[in-house]
Amino acid sequence: MADPKAAQLGVSVVKDPSLMTGAIPTKDWMDVPAIFKPGNYCYPAKAKMVEYHHFPNPREWTVESDDWKLDPNWKQIILEGMRERLMKFRSFKIFMDCCVRCGACADKCHFFLGTGDPKNMPVLRAELMRSIYRHDFTAAGKILGRLAGAREMDFGVLKEWFMYFYQCTECRRCSVFCPYGIDTAEITMMGRELLHLVSVNTNWILEPLANCNRTGNHLGLQPHTLKENTEYLLDDIESITGVRINPTFNRKGAEILFITPSADFFADPGIYTMMGYLLLFEHIGLDYTMSTYASEGGNFGLFTSNEMMKKINGKMYAEAKHLGVKWILGGECGHMWRVVHQYMDTMNGPADFLEEPISPITGTRFENAASTKMVHVSEFTADLIKNNKLKIDARRNDHRTVTFHDSCNPSRAMGMLEEPRYILKNVVNKFHEMPPNTIREQTFCCGSGTGLNTGEIMELRMRGGLPRANAVKHVKDKYGVNTLSCVCAIDRATLLALMDYWNPGVAVCGVSELVGNALVMDGEKERETGLRFEELAS
Amino acid sequence: MRILYPFIAVLALVLIALVGANLPGGQALIGVVLPYVAFLIFLGGFVAKILGWAKSPVPFRIPTTCGQEKSLSWIPQNCIDNPSTRGGVVIRMILEIFLFRSLFRNTKTEIHDGPKLVYGSSKYLWLFGLLFHYCFLTIVIRHLRLFTTPVPFFVSVTEYLDGFFQVGLPVLYQTDIIFVLAITFLFLRRVIMPQVRYISLPADYFPLFLIMGIAITGILMRYFLRADIVSIKQLTMGLVTFSPSIKEGISSVFFIHLFLVCVLLAYFPFSKLMHLGGVFLSPTRNMTNNSRMVRHENPWNDPNIKPHSYAHYEDEFREFMVEAGLPVDKGLPPSADEDPAEK
Ligand code: HEM
Ligand code: SF4
Ligand code: SF4
Repeated sequence: MADPKAAQLGVSVVKDPSLMTGAIPTKDWMDVPAIFKPGNYCYPAKAKMVEYHHFPNPREWTVESDDWKLDPNWKQIILEGMRERLMKFRSFKIFMDCCVRCGACADKCHFFLGTGDPKNMPVLRAELMRSIYRHDFTAAGKILGRLAGAREMDFGVLKEWFMYFYQCTECRRCSVFCPYGIDTAEITMMGRELLHLVSVNTNWILEPLANCNRTGNHLGLQPHTLKENTEYLLDDIESITGVRINPTFNRKGAEILFITPSADFFADPGIYTMMGYLLLFEHIGLDYTMSTYASEGGNFGLFTSNEMMKKINGKMYAEAKHLGVKWILGGECGHMWRVVHQYMDTMNGPADFLEEPISPITGTRFENAASTKMVHVSEFTADLIKNNKLKIDARRNDHRTVTFHDSCNPSRAMGMLEEPRYILKNVVNKFHEMPPNTIREQTFCCGSGTGLNTGEIMELRMRGGLPRANAVKHVKDKYGVNTLSCVCAIDRATLLALMDYWNPGVAVCGVSELVGNALVMDGEKERETGLRFEELAS
Repeated sequence: MRILYPFIAVLALVLIALVGANLPGGQALIGVVLPYVAFLIFLGGFVAKILGWAKSPVPFRIPTTCGQEKSLSWIPQNCIDNPSTRGGVVIRMILEIFLFRSLFRNTKTEIHDGPKLVYGSSKYLWLFGLLFHYCFLTIVIRHLRLFTTPVPFFVSVTEYLDGFFQVGLPVLYQTDIIFVLAITFLFLRRVIMPQVRYISLPADYFPLFLIMGIAITGILMRYFLRADIVSIKQLTMGLVTFSPSIKEGISSVFFIHLFLVCVLLAYFPFSKLMHLGGVFLSPTRNMTNNSRMVRHENPWNDPNIKPHSYAHYEDEFREFMVEAGLPVDKGLPPSADEDPAEK
């Protein structure tokens, strides 16, 4: 561990007394206040962001202050909001009632493992909300009060909510182990919706959302910039492979609309994944277009409220209709696929103006996307490889010893486990899995999802990402793994920081980058470097 | 306090029953009135709770997928942990309900120098939880003997199997021993494991003590104090035939036992014990993962929520788009319409 801060933190997580290291807190959790200090909270949303989204009570406020300048009626607003959501979501109601506090979920959360903070045990995170539910919505709580685990909503509780519903990445790992399937992510989502009702929100979520609404993507790339950035990538592709590619934007009548997170257009290492897509589509001669209007696959609305998620996501179908494509192909992104797979059709559908997706190259009918009409690029690529439609030279990835990080959402809210693995096994020669408790449905979050990948909480993120980093370290030491592949744009940003911190020397890449690097293109020149201009194995 | 209060509460309940059983009219109250009341509360409360849950819709299809999805034909789907059909869900639910499948996955995580995280298998909660529940079930079934004449075959079989080893007189039921062991384990686990201890509420200890009280009084009656079974059966049969009568001479332990059972019944619908019903309705477990195949309807989906429209977008960026050679719908008007209205 080169980073002295990492070394220090590495000792702290093991030695500092915490519930994770066996020290039992002396105070009842209800008596431990949430104390904000620099580094343990995300910056609040700027007034103009709150205003932009028409959320109530736009104002400038500071988290550490004891005056959040709340609406005087805030308590009532929250309780009313809770009542409404109990009526709208059966999941919420059942999860409020059914927990037996068996503790099976306790040590499953990466934030608990990395911080040892009791309130990061999923069960306690949920109890922060449940205690209020009992107090205001159950007979026992009303009569017995604290004896029944009930407490009144007050400013202290609100602070706790803001702290701990923003130390949960809605990864659903806890839900895998709970005997009743209680999904703390659902409770966190409700908690965040309620916080937005009184405009206790973070800038790192609301600003990208505002960008996304106006420019079509979180980064705020305007149409011409998006096109320009793509041109740079095309230049690089040309100098690396000798092949000039000319993708189109906003082209009406294309067969397929391709949508990926905007980070793939702009940010290292997402851009290499983008180059991978472009090479792949060129290789098979796909009739596709990209959109500048629907230029974001990701959806920070998922981290805000179901209404916001719906509004942002509406662009995908709107653009598919506007361009008259047959179906939509989606890039590599975790939470985007949570939304596309579990919410999009319900919220924005029915997509009756599209056709059931059929691969124009292999003729495969994607029956699993018959209604939503959107296919994951890994599903699409795996089918191409299976049908021998790609010319692959896997030796070009021989400078990489690769492992695969299952992103939370594709694994626990979709179940796309084998497709990326099948692709990897075909495009790289050296592939090693991380330990079984840390992959597939038991995978660990990168520690920075759900809008937490902001700089001001870096230590927290490094703590939350520790279980993931630790599993990577295991295969790094054992097999010399030097590349962590994934199918998620947030991961590509956050794992980069995580690896630099805990496992320097491990690169992060999208699966499609490895595909692109291995593809033998028509008319290509001899490759001297990989897509990052990195040296190939000799 | 979290442990002591519920313990005192259960002791108090025992005392109330003991005193009550020896007051004039007390036996009728505990033996006749209370069972009816408790049963009604249980039934009404249970049904109300389930209906209350069912009343809230399931707006989104949110199963937690714990295996490979159904996708390409040549990739084997995990039909149980990631079911795409009703049949798969039924199997998943059966495994959850009868075998506590999710709990079976349980691991224990430790952090060592390095830092290094280690995940060990941890099946004790699963094992003792399962034993506890099956013993509970067996004991409930055995009790049906008191409420039926003739005693149905499955009740006799259960009794026979439970006393299979024919040890002792009266025959020792294995479930009685295992039940006490299991519940003791659940209690000790709560007290000893730091994480579980910290999250436990009085409402977690109370049912444990209550059930332990029921078990202890039951065992006392059967093996040590030898309650008058004939009179008791007369009472219980009277209850189910709505012609209750109480004979003299039933021991006080029985009334304590019955009283605690009534409290458990009445307490049930308002407590975490409702997990019994909740597990059936849990949307992360009882839904098919087919949301891309079949559209799931949300009854409160708001049609008024619309994305920022393409037309608005083009209006704002038309000039740039034209300049960059991107296709536009409208083309540049002579005087560009300056309306950056956002929404
Ligand atoms: C059907 C699926 C069920 C599952 C998966 C399940 C699971 C569990 C689990 C994991 C516990 C936690 C043990 C602990 O507290 O440490 C528990 C407790 C308990 N369950 Fe169930 N249970 C089920 C059904 C039932 C039923 C039908 C009853 C009927 C009486 C029941 C009664 C109890 C009781 C009384 C406890 C209390 C023990 C305690 O408080 O610790 N359960 N259950
Ligand atoms: S595993 Fe489920 S029931 Fe057990 S404490 Fe966690 S949320 Fe509650
Ligand atoms: S959803 Fe993930 S981050 Fe949130 S409580 Fe559960 S395990 Fe922790």
